[in-house]
Amino acid sequence: MTGRSHRFGLSPRFEKISEVQHKGIRAGRISREVLPYLLSLPALLVCIGILIPFGTAIWYSLQRYRLSQPWNRGMNWGENYLNFLSEPDFWNTLQVSLVYAGLTVVLELLLGLGIALLLRRRTRLNNFISVILLMPLMTAPVLAALMFKLMTNPNFGILSYFMQLAGFEDFRWGSDPSTALFTVILVDIWVYTPFMMILLLAGLRSLPPQPFEAAALDGVPRWQQFWRITLPMLMPYVLTASLFRLLDSIQQFDIIYALTQGGPGDTLMVFQVEAYLNFFQSTNIGRSAALLIILWAITFVLSNMFVKNWLRLRERARGEI
Amino acid sequence: MHEKERDLVSAFMRGEMDRRELIRGLGALGVTAGTAGTLLNMAATKAMAADFDWMKHSGKSIKILLNKHPYTDALLANLDNFKSMTGMEVAYDIFPEDVYFDKVTAALSSRSSEYDAFMVGAYMTWTYGPAGWIVDHNEWIMDSDKTNPAYNWTDMIEGVRKSCAWNGRPGGALGSDDAMQWCVPWGYEQNNLSYNAAMLENSGIGIPNNLDELMEAAAKVQADNEGIYGIGVRGSRSWATIHPGFLSAYSNLGEVDLNVSADGKLSAAMNTDASKEFHAKWVKMIQDSGAADWSSHTWYQVGTDLGAGKSAIIYDADILGYFMNGGENAMAGQLAYAPFAASGNGAPTPNIWIWSLSMSKFSRDLDATWYFMQWATGTEHALFGARNMDFVNPVRQSVWDDPMFRDRIAQSYPGYVEMHDVSAPGAAIKFTAQPLFFDLTTEWAASLQKMVANEVPVDEGLDQLAESVNRQLNEAGLG
Repeated sequence: MTGRSHRFGLSPRFEKISEVQHKGIRAGRISREVLPYLLSLPALLVCIGILIPFGTAIWYSLQRYRLSQPWNRGMNWGENYLNFLSEPDFWNTLQVSLVYAGLTVVLELLLGLGIALLLRRRTRLNNFISVILLMPLMTAPVLAALMFKLMTNPNFGILSYFMQLAGFEDFRWGSDPSTALFTVILVDIWVYTPFMMILLLAGLRSLPPQPFEAAALDGVPRWQQFWRITLPMLMPYVLTASLFRLLDSIQQFDIIYALTQGGPGDTLMVFQVEAYLNFFQSTNIGRSAALLIILWAITFVLSNMFVKNWLRLRERARGEI
Repeated sequence: MHEKERDLVSAFMRGEMDRRELIRGLGALGVTAGTAGTLLNMAATKAMAADFDWMKHSGKSIKILLNKHPYTDALLANLDNFKSMTGMEVAYDIFPEDVYFDKVTAALSSRSSEYDAFMVGAYMTWTYGPAGWIVDHNEWIMDSDKTNPAYNWTDMIEGVRKSCAWNGRPGGALGSDDAMQWCVPWGYEQNNLSYNAAMLENSGIGIPNNLDELMEAAAKVQADNEGIYGIGVRGSRSWATIHPGFLSAYSNLGEVDLNVSADGKLSAAMNTDASKEFHAKWVKMIQDSGAADWSSHTWYQVGTDLGAGKSAIIYDADILGYFMNGGENAMAGQLAYAPFAASGNGAPTPNIWIWSLSMSKFSRDLDATWYFMQWATGTEHALFGARNMDFVNPVRQSVWDDPMFRDRIAQSYPGYVEMHDVSAPGAAIKFTAQPLFFDLTTEWAASLQKMVANEVPVDEGLDQLAESVNRQLNEAGLG
């Protein structure tokens, strides 16, 4: 570097300044190269924090691992997963989990959307009602389940009383296999519809007014406005709210466990309840972990589908496709 | 304690007067029965300390894990006596039953040394013992250097004591000579009948003597008393549905849960003809006379419905009948008790639930912990709890023989002591000890729910259950 400076006839003082500048540039380049890694370090640590339990769960899921039979522990590789294929209980769990998640999301979406449309206009009354409607969301789901358990008690439950007035003398709510799913879905809807409502209401209120004004000037009927303008523009919000609820519903535990522990029979045996019972009651760690890994895979696939659709709709809303 | 009272208690401790004379003497001095019990307990503690070096672990601390229960209340009420006698500190955590066993499992499976001892059901030790989480207490019970000579281990009711001992071999007999004492009994529950005497009288029904009579009585009392159901039994999707009245009746009829072959292999025994006949009757009894929301009934609903006058009879833990017959319950003072043999032949043979204490293998000081264990399961504390608190059912025969305890129970809970006396000789755990206990009994309960809901016929349901049980036993290398 110095030799080259001399070649161009620079003074020694200038050479020194130039050397310091070059050192500074080099240090700057190094810090620019290192900085991204430093900045991503916390994210990396969080990732490791997530991946260690996840990796452990996969590791356990590949083992014959019961705490009550420590002598029997060993790798059985995919046997836990293969066993599921021949177990009617597993297919029942899969079916119940998907039906529960599907029904709760659809019903809560419809109800949430309906309520949001009713509260769309910014008036004091609507704002007040929207705050009041959020109250169930502030209740812990397990408390809501216990509350409904009391309200559906055949001896003194108020809901049982109303059912008797309506002519359903022997309506057994969560105690009967034919009505158990309805009962837990009812609790889920009571707790989580406000979540859908508040997200969709925010979406509705943020929609630009111009398309609606133009449609009104052209005399487009209100229901056509809803189908052709409101719903397509609201779709990213619908998908976001549905995704959040789907992820939650497919992993349902507290409401079902508090109400029926997965019964009567296996009527409400969803993944989380089954895995919980396998772990804490049967101490069958291998099977419990395998169930949770399958649940993770289902959740991953479903959320990917949702996110891809959400991105596509967002691009369309921006006019990019 | 005043001089005269102390003299009286000392004379009693020396055996110079009997219990009635003592109570009469204390009564003359204006001391109530409750206070007399406390005075006796203090004196007994002093006497106990005289024969054994209770101060050996003075200055040490232990921590125990407890379930919210009347046994725990009795323990805490008397704990200062232990602390002053030993100079030890005892810390504790108390959890409600809903989460209690999750907490125990989490603490033990993580090999945590936080808790030195904990409350446990005997069934749980079939998991904890083979997993290596709890100790074989024989090592301490049989060591005269570590155990108070007055501990009197054989005073524990035989069936109860043996039910806490297992050799760890699947299908191995409980209480065999090579068995390990996984837990030390503390209090226990027999499964018999508790009933609303007025309701049965209103229907002109006598006490049922076998399962058929029980079914008929439940149906008739329900028909004759408006707004109630006939029989309370558990129904939730849990192993706890199987162990009380259901298994007591099942085993009394000569049926077993599992067959054990000569080479120690296990196989399902729930689908024999006799078992199917029993299940069909049980299912019909619930359908005809059980609670409308039976499938969500745990011990809590079974007990409170009887106490609230919503049910006429329960076939469940006797202590539910005990607790519902007092306090603020609507039916307090109106309940009665009867020992029950489903076969109608011979004495009852109830299956039992045992609240016990176990020492964690991960305890940092097992010898010091054993001092607490032997005190908590000893005669003096059991007498204190039985006389002054609701420490029922005690596991020591000497407590059941205690006139003060018997008088107290006879006055407030007529028929309870007699029921216990008749049932105690046949009371024991009737399940086959094996490590899949919770899996198989929970599935049994789920099958029962399906049968009661008419989702599956009894025959078919039991065949399916047996097939599933055999598959699980084979997978675990037990079948």
